[in-house]
Amino acid sequence: MPRTEIKIGGFGGQGVILSGYILGRAASIFDSKSATMIQAFGPEARGSACSAELIISNEAITYPYIVAPNVMVVMSQEAYTKFSPQLAQGGMLLTEEDLVVTHNLRSDIKHYSIPATRIAEELGKRLVLNIVMLGFATAITNVVGREAARKAVKVSVPKGTEELNFAAFEKGYEYGLEVLKKIPEKSLA
Amino acid sequence: MPEELYDVESNVPANPIEDLLRMDRIPHIWCPGCGIGTTVNCFVRALQTSGLDLDKVSVVSGIGCTGRVAGYMRLDSFHTTHGRAIPFATGLKLANPELKVIVYSGDGDLTAIGGNHFIHAARRNMDITVILINNMIYGMTGGQVAPTTPVGATASTTPHGNFEETFNLPFLAESCGAVYVARWTAHHVRHLTKSIKEAVAKKGFSFVEILAPCPTLFSRRNKLGDGLDQMEYYRDSSEIKNGADTKSVALDFQGKIIVGKFVDKVRPTYIEAMNNHYKAKYGDRYVPSDEMRKLNHA
Amino acid sequence: MHADPIGVQTGAHFIDGDHSCAEGAIAAGCRFVAGYPITPSTEVVERMAERFPFVGGIFIQMEDEIASSIAIQGAAWGGKKTMTVTSGPGFSLMMEHIGFAAMTETPCVFVDVQRAGPSTGLPTMPAQGDMMQARWGSHGDYSIIALSPNSPQECFDLTIHAFNLSERYRVPVMMMMDECVGHMIERVVIPEAEKIEIVERKMYEGPKENFQPFDAGRDMVPMMVKAGDGYRIHVTGLTHDERGYPNMTVNTQGRLIQRLMDKIRLNADDIVMYKEEDVKDADVVVVSYGITSRTAIPAIEQAKAKGLKVGHLRLVVVWPFPEKRIKELARHVKSLVVPELNMGQIVYEVERCAAGQCNVVSVPHAGGTVHQPKDILAAIEKSLRGK
Repeated sequence: MPRTEIKIGGFGGQGVILSGYILGRAASIFDSKSATMIQAFGPEARGSACSAELIISNEAITYPYIVAPNVMVVMSQEAYTKFSPQLAQGGMLLTEEDLVVTHNLRSDIKHYSIPATRIAEELGKRLVLNIVMLGFATAITNVVGREAARKAVKVSVPKGTEELNFAAFEKGYEYGLEVLKKIPEKSLA
Repeated sequence: MPEELYDVESNVPANPIEDLLRMDRIPHIWCPGCGIGTTVNCFVRALQTSGLDLDKVSVVSGIGCTGRVAGYMRLDSFHTTHGRAIPFATGLKLANPELKVIVYSGDGDLTAIGGNHFIHAARRNMDITVILINNMIYGMTGGQVAPTTPVGATASTTPHGNFEETFNLPFLAESCGAVYVARWTAHHVRHLTKSIKEAVAKKGFSFVEILAPCPTLFSRRNKLGDGLDQMEYYRDSSEIKNGADTKSVALDFQGKIIVGKFVDKVRPTYIEAMNNHYKAKYGDRYVPSDEMRKLNHA
Repeated sequence: MHADPIGVQTGAHFIDGDHSCAEGAIAAGCRFVAGYPITPSTEVVERMAERFPFVGGIFIQMEDEIASSIAIQGAAWGGKKTMTVTSGPGFSLMMEHIGFAAMTETPCVFVDVQRAGPSTGLPTMPAQGDMMQARWGSHGDYSIIALSPNSPQECFDLTIHAFNLSERYRVPVMMMMDECVGHMIERVVIPEAEKIEIVERKMYEGPKENFQPFDAGRDMVPMMVKAGDGYRIHVTGLTHDERGYPNMTVNTQGRLIQRLMDKIRLNADDIVMYKEEDVKDADVVVVSYGITSRTAIPAIEQAKAKGLKVGHLRLVVVWPFPEKRIKELARHVKSLVVPELNMGQIVYEVERCAAGQCNVVSVPHAGGTVHQPKDILAAIEKSLRGK
């Protein structure tokens, strides 16, 4: 897998940073890949559109910042508006279906969506929305393996919430597989 | 004079405080009539009768005339940077709480450039003793105004007279949380010796202010005569008022000097508070430093 | 000596450079840290504050950086391995005490997570603008050691090395990180305690009579005692003789300062550390350090793809500067290209060593982000056109 740049966006409190962290941890600790995550700091990090930036690669990562994300996971309308123009040519856009209305989407972008909030609510805790999104992103992008991601979820979520978070991850992942089945061509180039 | 105080070979009377001085560094740099030497004498006598293991006593000074005290003491002694004796002492004490750490420095060093450290060490009730020599002037640099210079006195940087409000140091120390606060002058050698002994025996932040003459730069410029004249002023104008409200002990130019022990109270020291807090919160999971453990077992 | 297992979190972690630096310090045996909050270094002390109660360490948040940088020296003379942590403005405040540590030969580590300056500058963004300050910032003549990590892993490894060098040579050692390395999260592998080499300071335990605490002997590094050991030492920032006594004469000053310089200069071969790639037969060598070394790599690859012969020398230890190696290279290459996140600092050292024998090209950047590889590529190409 070549250098893949990932940006996760949403609003504060959605667990945006944690989902990026779990993905990076999955790649670099449990999937023998390299991962570099850059955190946004200062007032901009606490604003209404926050983001996590992550690079995953099979090779050592040199340049540490993302230039144009190949994958973007978006959980709020504002994050969509602010970040989606940055997507690389042919990039993937993953959105929360009920929170993000896409419009004027570039034709080169592959778009996938999931009602992650509803799924999280069905599980009894809206908070796990980010982990549903993470499961979904793992299935769609395949940047990390399912097992690696599950292991990273286990060691990264608060103690006592592992089962709930596993369930959230699995729901998101299964949903992602279903979505992929409906698409004729391979989603990963 | 008792026999043991004679050096038999030279037949010169040995100085009874020699064993705590670095005699190979004497003569010292202080001017004739300066009060610092007198306070060192009291300090040594206080230590000699303190019952402390003197190998475990460290003296820390900043910069200035009083800053040179550390260098003359035959103890572990640290002559640090200007104003920073207290934070150095803080690190030293926390690293090895078995040590008795005494800061010995001047008014400009401890309350101007080092003022921030003074107030925070007192607030924390850091386990150190601070002995402050107040000669109301910057001596080493040639007689500039200090936060302690009385209104109306002149200094080389206030040649037209000082009009800035003067620091009331006992009040400052008490307000910030010092558990022991006393003031004496270089004239009150017995009281002072006793007071230093009490201060070093005290747990937490103890503070002794000592007024001492600077004949060369303060007295001469202000036409106050020589060192002896200042000592006479101390004798005639001092009033001992133990327990006095520190608000009422401000100094003014050649005015009345309230001396005495003003504060002597108990509150948890920094080290006690730290250990108690972590023990209460984490029990056996708390791992105190090696030195802290040794001390608790002793 | 090996690390004390109590402080070593063996395993693979996904953590940022600041946290990794804190883990390195704990593994190195650091048990006293004084600091003051400042972005982007604060996470280092936050982690120390979190971890220390369980490993026998003491963290104190002092009233300012000046206090922090001298409290650690008090603690060093109390027997601890000590560290303070800051960023640009705080580093400026600490300068006097870097000189004090050099003069009193107090082992201690200063971590500077660099941000763009001057003054308040860009608190949350990277720069490498303190490299000269680290070397020359305090008044007078002295020597220090400075390291420059380019990844969270190196923040761990080099912090241990910083402590080892500090204990070995009794000098303040600067850990010159930057915001990017400090806040970047990557895989950090912490080995088992018995695989971590630790250097302890050489302590004097001989007779008290005639002990001279600053008599260095042949290896130029005096043995240390600590307060409370019964030696009744005197330590002063004044010019002092071998006894530690103030001795303000031209001769004593000359002898002392010469030794303080020599103990680094004459041991430079042991201290200097750099990593080279493809420098043999290279026409151009990029000389980089810290985070900039990572942006140099894609630039070098692109240049090679264009058929240029380009090598890379990365300074791991920046001070002392690898004079010998740069002088050798300057004789063989056409140009040396020096990208840095400042308007040109280490490039002056490179120019000094090259002494006109090859082209030296600065690739400056005022900070706030890292170079674009294309800027470094352009400089590589331009450097060849110049000859």
